[in-house]
Amino acid sequence: MNWPLLVDIASVFVGLSVVSIGGANAVLPDIRRQVVDAHGWMDNGTFANLFAISNAAPGPNVIMVSLIGWHLAGLSGLIVATLAILVPSSLIAFWVGRMVERWSDNHWVSVAKQGLVPIAVGLILASGVTMMKAADHNALLVAISLSAAAFMAFSGRNPLWGLAVGTIVNILAVQLGLVA
Amino acid sequence: MKQIETYEGRTVSVAELFLGFVKVGLLGFGGVAPWARYIVVEERKWLTEREFAEVLGVGQILPGPNTMNAAVMIGDRFQGRLGAFVCIAGQMAMPLVIMVTLASLYAEFSANAHVNAALIGAAAGAAGLVFGTGIKMVQKLRPKGMALIFGVLAFAAAAIFGISVVYVVGVLAPLSIAAAAWERRS
Repeated sequence: MNWPLLVDIASVFVGLSVVSIGGANAVLPDIRRQVVDAHGWMDNGTFANLFAISNAAPGPNVIMVSLIGWHLAGLSGLIVATLAILVPSSLIAFWVGRMVERWSDNHWVSVAKQGLVPIAVGLILASGVTMMKAADHNALLVAISLSAAAFMAFSGRNPLWGLAVGTIVNILAVQLGLVA
Repeated sequence: MKQIETYEGRTVSVAELFLGFVKVGLLGFGGVAPWARYIVVEERKWLTEREFAEVLGVGQILPGPNTMNAAVMIGDRFQGRLGAFVCIAGQMAMPLVIMVTLASLYAEFSANAHVNAALIGAAAGAAGLVFGTGIKMVQKLRPKGMALIFGVLAFAAAAIFGISVVYVVGVLAPLSIAAAAWERRS
């Protein structure tokens, strides 16, 4: 086992974990800078491939970091990278969550929670728009996104239907030569 | 100001938490927030819309993925440390297995036209689900006054002006809290 490499992986991702406000996507440029420029662990092409693979899998975006660990050092790399990116931020969330719970009757805690709700909702809407800008290269994809959004917002049914229909429609459209 | 509805005394077992978040991870294609909200609020009714939005809001200003932070707080709320752990583990387990499998097949699947068409269609659908989740939260929470203003500002800053989440949160969160305090004065 390559201990020095594992220690390097751990220190890079622990450092990113404690500053990663906004999650893995927000620190993606920093992740790239660390693994490509600073440490020379891979080139930009490999980094882009790992990003594409992690996007093809379901789950939180942070699994991209696990895949970098896997690419560098196999299973031990995956475990070290995953723990390094998740444990520090999760411990902070755990501790802050307890504080919020303990002081839930406090006027200022309740004011703070009230003030944070619109920020969270505004950022969810923004992340939907950002994802649509990245994903929707033609009119059909825009229509798929908007239909899925309307389905999610107004139907109250399982969102999987929105996802499945979009996927099937695009496969058919490509098959029939309707879109590139 | 009292909330309209809460699930006081709601209990959720460790196994329920684990399985719920396994589902969030497994279905959370392109973003887990829509699934976390759907399963926690609509399907299993563990939290109300407002409670979920508050947990997500606190999770948003802390480092780490906001949904992962929310999972930690939701798990802790119902089952303490073990609950927090199983919510993270549940959310990560299946995606990691699937991703490592995909990585070994990447050379083949990246050249397959059907697979590419499926991934592109699914990404468009997933983006829509995220946006639709935001719309649903707006419908349910019906923000007024300062909440509406700061929601619009956060949205515009990130989506229209492309400002990094760190700055959006760093600048707007304190102002939004101050505005909430000002609205509640007297």
